[in-house]
Amino acid sequence: MAKKTINIENGNCTGGKKTYTISAFSENHIGLLNRITIIFTRRQVNIDSLTVSGSALPGIHKFTIVVHDCLEKVQKVVEQIEKLVEVLKAFYHTEEEVIHQEIALYKVPTKALLVSNKVEETIRKHSARILEVRPEYTVIELTGHKEETQELFDELSKYGLLQFTRSGRIAVTRSSKEVFTNYMKEIGKETVEYEKN
Amino acid sequence: MNPVFHNSATMKTKQDKNAKIYPSEKVRVTGAEAIMLSLINEGVDTIFGYPGGAIMPAYDALMNYSDKLKHILTRHEQGAIHAAEGYARVTGRVGVCMATSGPGATNLITGITNAMMDSTPLVCITGQVAAGLLGTDAFQETDVIGITMPVTKWNFLITKPEEIPSIMAQAFYIAKTGRPGPVVIDVAKNAQFGMLDYEYHKCKKMRSYAPEPRISLDNLKAASSLINKAKRPYILAGQGILLGNAEQEFLDFVEKSGVPVGWTILGSCALPKDHPQNIGMLGMHGNYSANILTNECDVLIAVGMRFDDRVTGDLNRYAKQAKIIHLEIDKAEINKIVKVDVPLLGDVKYTLPLLTKLIEKRSHAKWINRFKELDKIEYEKVIKRDFFPDKPGLTMGEVIHRINEKTQGDAIIVTDVGQHQMFASRYAKLNSTRSFVTSGGLGTMGFGLPAAHGAKIGKPEKQVILFVGDGGFQMTIQELSTINQTRAAVKIVLLNNKYLGMVRQWQQLFFDKRYSETYLLNPDFIKVAEGFGIKGKKVIERPMLDAAIQEMLDYEGPYLLEVSIEKEDNVFPMVPTGASVSEIILEQQK
Repeated sequence: MAKKTINIENGNCTGGKKTYTISAFSENHIGLLNRITIIFTRRQVNIDSLTVSGSALPGIHKFTIVVHDCLEKVQKVVEQIEKLVEVLKAFYHTEEEVIHQEIALYKVPTKALLVSNKVEETIRKHSARILEVRPEYTVIELTGHKEETQELFDELSKYGLLQFTRSGRIAVTRSSKEVFTNYMKEIGKETVEYEKN
Repeated sequence: MNPVFHNSATMKTKQDKNAKIYPSEKVRVTGAEAIMLSLINEGVDTIFGYPGGAIMPAYDALMNYSDKLKHILTRHEQGAIHAAEGYARVTGRVGVCMATSGPGATNLITGITNAMMDSTPLVCITGQVAAGLLGTDAFQETDVIGITMPVTKWNFLITKPEEIPSIMAQAFYIAKTGRPGPVVIDVAKNAQFGMLDYEYHKCKKMRSYAPEPRISLDNLKAASSLINKAKRPYILAGQGILLGNAEQEFLDFVEKSGVPVGWTILGSCALPKDHPQNIGMLGMHGNYSANILTNECDVLIAVGMRFDDRVTGDLNRYAKQAKIIHLEIDKAEINKIVKVDVPLLGDVKYTLPLLTKLIEKRSHAKWINRFKELDKIEYEKVIKRDFFPDKPGLTMGEVIHRINEKTQGDAIIVTDVGQHQMFASRYAKLNSTRSFVTSGGLGTMGFGLPAAHGAKIGKPEKQVILFVGDGGFQMTIQELSTINQTRAAVKIVLLNNKYLGMVRQWQQLFFDKRYSETYLLNPDFIKVAEGFGIKGKKVIERPMLDAAIQEMLDYEGPYLLEVSIEKEDNVFPMVPTGASVSEIILEQQK
């Protein structure tokens, strides 16, 4: 007989912990970020990264949340997110199922570029680009997976990194079925419908 | 695939059917009046509440509609919300309560949480400081939206008067459709004072909210084939049957399938208690057979229930041998606790008849007999001792039994939380649906008295009997004053063992009889009741009991019957924490 119990103990999941990208689509209402994050808090799931922005559809917001946890827990969190009255749909994807990017900005002292050609080599190697050059500093941008932006971070750290910032993940699915777009076509444009008297 | 789709879950309750939109033409009114008009348009006729600064405009408007809206002034906001819950549970309508900002709103939290756990439809209107003062730590300002977010189905802060009609319409729609639950509408004072052009339209759909999931015909077929092939099928009945008004549909399913039925505490009215296929209560203090045979059935059919840990015991040893079918309206409940073989999403009002059509008419007499055999053991070891004790001390079981003899199940039974609650759920005779009101998921002591009051307001024609312990009674005892004001004829049966009995029982069984902080030095409850204007009588010996019960039942107003209970009157059977349902014990282990 197959294992019937769903093991929800912390750190004791049957399939081991993996990275999942959760995406949720909601109405653009005040407080939804809070409604969604308390679901993670209550179940003690740590959020690795979170990005919120308008989606392709007007009036609909997209949350992209990256977590590292066990499948059963992620599935339940997604169900609870979708249960929220103002959430239209929520999905979760494995790393293989999404194409994702993060953006990172690095501020380095310009003199580090001048004293040797190491920095130039590094930038070239990572296909990073320079956004601004000033006598005191230079701002470099790299878009990629976290490992890639981290690698550049490690290398530039040697030259006295002045500032560094990294965005949360954005992702699109590899699947050719546009589940959410089709769902939205089906449910229509009216946020709320009222009875006629 | 999935051709059956019931989009609108409205038009189910009396509130919907009777309401005509009022007034018929657009009118210029204050926000406060718009709240009252919206309540009337949703068919509300009773509000439980407590006034205060930020809700004063609404209370002022209420005076203009006192012919249509009856307000019950409780003595604490917790009393208001539990009363609204009791009212909602017995009537099937949305309970409404109103409170002011800050402490008024925070005093509602326990009741809101209780309603969330037990899927009770409520709309709670709270006053809030004027929009310009939000976030400034103004007098009696609290982030009510923030603190109620995890314990409401939905909440909203109204800051402009013109938002009132549409938000009120959404509030009622959300509270009562799908899996019902509490909604909090926080109304800033400026929105209550401000003017708007009022017209009301009920909400019929929200694109982000699908209260009733599509029914899968494939899964219906899979479920029926499992049921048709089953040798020892077993139905678990939950409150979803009551919430879906599907008692008749459930009865048809039960009788055609011939399958025995166990029920959860909130599902206790799903099937008449004297029905031959009614096996009894599930879980920690449920019936012996109902628990043991969970681990022998081959198909488990869960109907509108959520596999609470008090029902399942140790999950690693819960119904492992069985294929599980789960009929449920809330998609998030599927596979939440127990992995299900066939999920059957939808309102049981619609899924049950579809399933009944597909199953064969059968009888499982031999299998049901297994339950009846075990029932005999439970009767000998537990029930007989509870009903007819051989010791002089009175037991909770015998009080309930004596009351059953007189009411014959024709009363609404309300309980508080603790030992008496378990005795009442096990033993109370119940003839009709929505006649058992108790705090299930949250286990809220103090729920009983106000909930019984709300139940009596909702069903004045019914005898309403509250069973309450001496601990829980004192948590909301101020509501005796509210009851005195309404003169609602609530019959209070106080089962007084001078202890927090359930905790004491656990201390006796699992903590070496170390009775840490469970003894209560109680007041003279009869004098207390008298002070509140409520008649009462105390029974300390068995021979006085019957006459006292009769006097209580015959009395036309509210009445307190206090019964002194034997201290070591324990609730059995019991599935100890961490044990499997099949390890249920009938008496204290030596």
